[in-house]
Amino acid sequence: MEPYDPFDPLDPAAPKPEAPHSRNTISTGTQAPVTRHTVSVLVQNQPGVLSRVSGLCSRRGFNIDSLAVGPTQNEDVSRITLTLQGDAAHIEQLVQQLYKLIVVQKVIVLDPRRSVERQLVLCKIRAGAAERDAVMRIVDIFRARIVDVARTTLTIELTGEDDKTQAMLGLLADYDILEIVRTGTVALQRGESTIAGGIWN
Amino acid sequence: MKLCGAAILIECLIEQGVQTLFGFPGGAVLPIYDELYKREDRISHILTAHEQHAGHAADGYARATGRTGVCLATSGPGATNLVTAIATAYMDSSPVVFLTGNVPQQLMGTDSFQEADILGITMSITKHSWLVTDVRKLAQTVREAFFIAKSGRPGPVLIDIPKDVQIAECEYEPASGQALIPNYSPDHPALQLQPYGKQLEEYKRRVTPYLERACELIQAAQRPLIYAGGGVTDAASELKALSERMDAPVANTLMGLGTIDPQSPMSLGMVGMHGTHAANIAMQRCDLLLAVGVRFSDRALGNAEAFAPGAKVIHIDLDRAEINKNVSTTLHITGHARVVLELLCERLPAQRHTDWVRQASSMRENYLQNDLFEPRNVLHALHEAAGDMTVATDVGQHQMWTAQHFPFSRPRQLITSGGLGTMGFGFGAAIGASVGTGKPVVLVTGDGSFRMNLTELSTAQHYGVPVIIVLFNNGTLGMVRQWQTLFFSKHYSQTTLDRGPDFMKLAEAYGLAGWRVQTLDAFRQAIAQALDAGRPCIVECMLGIDEMVAPMVAPGAPIDSFCLN
Ligand SMILES: Cc1ncc(C[n+]2csc(CCOP(=O)(O)OP(=O)(O)O)c2C)c(N)n1
Ligand SMILES: [Mg+2]
Repeated sequence: MEPYDPFDPLDPAAPKPEAPHSRNTISTGTQAPVTRHTVSVLVQNQPGVLSRVSGLCSRRGFNIDSLAVGPTQNEDVSRITLTLQGDAAHIEQLVQQLYKLIVVQKVIVLDPRRSVERQLVLCKIRAGAAERDAVMRIVDIFRARIVDVARTTLTIELTGEDDKTQAMLGLLADYDILEIVRTGTVALQRGESTIAGGIWN
Repeated sequence: MKLCGAAILIECLIEQGVQTLFGFPGGAVLPIYDELYKREDRISHILTAHEQHAGHAADGYARATGRTGVCLATSGPGATNLVTAIATAYMDSSPVVFLTGNVPQQLMGTDSFQEADILGITMSITKHSWLVTDVRKLAQTVREAFFIAKSGRPGPVLIDIPKDVQIAECEYEPASGQALIPNYSPDHPALQLQPYGKQLEEYKRRVTPYLERACELIQAAQRPLIYAGGGVTDAASELKALSERMDAPVANTLMGLGTIDPQSPMSLGMVGMHGTHAANIAMQRCDLLLAVGVRFSDRALGNAEAFAPGAKVIHIDLDRAEINKNVSTTLHITGHARVVLELLCERLPAQRHTDWVRQASSMRENYLQNDLFEPRNVLHALHEAAGDMTVATDVGQHQMWTAQHFPFSRPRQLITSGGLGTMGFGFGAAIGASVGTGKPVVLVTGDGSFRMNLTELSTAQHYGVPVIIVLFNNGTLGMVRQWQTLFFSKHYSQTTLDRGPDFMKLAEAYGLAGWRVQTLDAFRQAIAQALDAGRPCIVECMLGIDEMVAPMVAPGAPIDSFCLN
């Protein structure tokens, strides 16, 4: 069967992985634009799946910025969200290499304009009575939340897109940050589109 | 019926039609060996001297017959000894099921005696792998393993079975026919079976626009060339038909040798670092390259940027991940070579490129044979005696000479480690190939490689496996020496093999016949006797230390710029 192929050469809308003259898509010589991509992967929910996926990425030289994994409404299936930088050829390779893993059932590359993305950050800062008000103003502006208050510290929970979390952490950098923990990005397509709604699922 | 895990495993192997396994016992597989003992009537076991060569034997068995090979080893060191064999099979897409025992589950993760995380170690060199944690899942796992190894682009798989699972009992239900095929999505890209019946109709419907586009590109071409690799192994007649229909010459990769008759004027021989002038130059001059079942390896491409500069590339492969991996393509078609080539041939009107074909095939070298005791003359003489026998090789100059000078006339005739280039591969592979085909097999090896696997002489001798060992003794790790000559100022660092053994005495020690030859006539006589013997034997050819493999293209150079002619 012709598998689902988002890089179909006969599809005028498909991304074109290379400049017409370049022969070698891997070489660094190509000038194709490097952008951030979000890739969603449905996998069988079984031990070792995460090391298969992350092992593949490191072995083939894909630098993953973030990775998030969790079960889905189907207990046999987990969903992994990867974000990474790369040009179209890189992303095409990643998608096709992922499909070689038997545990992988479906891979999609999300279109940033037609999807929602979130990550969650917990950030603990040193804030006594003197700093508390100022910090809480920042928290309000970003519609973040205070999830723990102590005499000397505040713990903030922030969800949002990468840009937003970066911006807020940038402002908080003026304070004494004690620790930060963040999840990888998770993402869904908007509207009726679902990851399982492709040619095979 | 209630059986223990070890017995279920053996029953499942019998279900799959396995007749022979290659392996080596140990503590963590004792229950399995006990069942083998009981089922000797149904399944035979070849005991090698080293697990690595059991792995290569299972691989050679698979390559020679097209049936899945099976290899069994114990936990820890037994399992880690398989690693090179697994990687070799993986790089050359050979279907092998590797079975390992492991320590009982309650000891796993405690650094217990002979414990190794073989699943983790081999994750990147297997198509898929399993740790069986429950005896009730064992039968299904074995069926899946055989299915996965053989479907889609074939490859090695590994099943790790802890000892407690081998001992635990459960109900075993024999399966046959359709029930042996596990319930995987038929569209999974890595598991596609060759479509037939209704699926073939559906595939045709989906693939038609691609075929149409391919026909347009082919019809627009003036200088079309077909570049055929190991993926064409089961599509040789379709390749021939298409080559005639397109009126296009064929260049082969190392793994593709034998897919087109080398005597045919359409055959240009091997392409790449040690490719023929005809193939390499045609590659650079063609305006359309139809690449089938190839992965554009750097050894075939030379400089990827400068490769086939004027050509549009159509890439046909079963593995979608090979498309646009090393070389960007104009059009690709994913599917089984046999199906795609046949459909393409049906649709394409006959083409004529008389001048181009004449031009391309006129570059074929006609080696004039002479009486010098040189590798190419030896290989021609070997071919005269061996005909279409299966030939396995090790890795080095002798391997390249064999690829260049022995005309392989059928797929699966050449058994060689192409992707990983594993010295030590050949002997085990030859044993496996001979066991699988039930016929004598020629092994062309080098003095360096043979020292890595001569430990298997006892195996060939004990089982009477007729492997005719043609040993190219040049007193050196010749291929490395060649690079030292060309690129490292003749600093022969650690490549001179001035240390024996005396291979004739070695043959004698193992109870084998041996001939040491220095002339073509002596070689012809020895090989005739060796082929008659029906037993393993050694023909040692004394060659000059400075023989080189030519032609040669320096690594990373365009493949028509030869540094040796
Ligand atoms: C396991 C392994 N180790 C090292 C190499 C590197 N290597 C490639 S060819 C070669 C020399 C092979 O010597 P020999 O078997 O005598 O063959 P010759 O080239 O002399 O014909 C070596 C060391 C290899 N391919 N495989
Ligand atoms: Mg040698």
